[in-house]
Amino acid sequence: MEVIKIVGTDDTPTVILDVENEIFEVSGRSLPEDVTAFYEPILDWLDRYSESASGKTVFNFKLVYFNTASSKLILDILLKLEEMYEAGKDIVIKWHYPEDDEDMEEAGEEYADIVEVPFEQVSYSLD
Amino acid sequence: MNKKFNITSFLEFVYSFYKTMDDHEITLVYEGEVTHQITKAFTSLTETNMQKDEESNSTQKKVFHVMVECLQNISKHADIIEDSYINRDGRGIFMVSKGKEEYSVTTGNILENSKITEITKTLDQVNSLDKDGLKKLYKQQIKEGRLSNKGGAGLGFIDIAKKTGQKINYNFLNINENYSFFVLTSKILRI
Repeated sequence: MEVIKIVGTDDTPTVILDVENEIFEVSGRSLPEDVTAFYEPILDWLDRYSESASGKTVFNFKLVYFNTASSKLILDILLKLEEMYEAGKDIVIKWHYPEDDEDMEEAGEEYADIVEVPFEQVSYSLD
Repeated sequence: MNKKFNITSFLEFVYSFYKTMDDHEITLVYEGEVTHQITKAFTSLTETNMQKDEESNSTQKKVFHVMVECLQNISKHADIIEDSYINRDGRGIFMVSKGKEEYSVTTGNILENSKITEITKTLDQVNSLDKDGLKKLYKQQIKEGRLSNKGGAGLGFIDIAKKTGQKINYNFLNINENYSFFVLTSKILRI
């Protein structure tokens, strides 16, 4: 499958979807001007991937900030991963949050409550 | 009117504007169209100032969250008065002030009177809920809500209340039978 590699900016996250190297990651800040346009290729990619996925998929979210419009699209990504999990694929979500960021930790908990998919919370230090 | 008088009244206007801003501890004020560029510029300016003032990470993040959601509310929901000289929607006034105990973010924009009932209902509901109630409402809205064609998720007010832990102050000033001026203030405690 083709690799998606989007370099993050002040308002858009870094996105890497690379099957061969087993990297699935959305990280950084997310408040794109047009959230739908930004996330559409990622969701399309996941649709295609869901048909061919064979190994384990560890999907990492390592966001430091996202706005409410992005939160809806992040849920869409999680729902696609949930579908794959329900179809028998091996999926794990890892939600990384800065250790002192309760709001980001809580955001992960809320997503974990909404989707039925293995979901790990991972704290990291910012140094 | 002679020129001298004009200059004096202009000077007085600028000085009183400056005084008003100073008295209200306003650190940022803007009137106009809210674009993505404006959102980026204001949030980054405020971030830089907060870093200089050594605000906690938590306060910085909360102020950032509230600013983004409030600016997006203006750009997505502000109406225009038909036949007025202001011919673009998505305009409003945006202010950030810094007090001893808290930051305040205030927005003001024109709104069609027909929208008042809906907004009042949403804000009163948000203000009536405690932390757990807000979490529940957030989860329900993120699951069931759809992105509007302007990219709104219907989550902004809930998110502000959740992140700040404070009630959202709001009011409507009637302009005429069709329009009102909608003012909303969110407070973020400096901790």
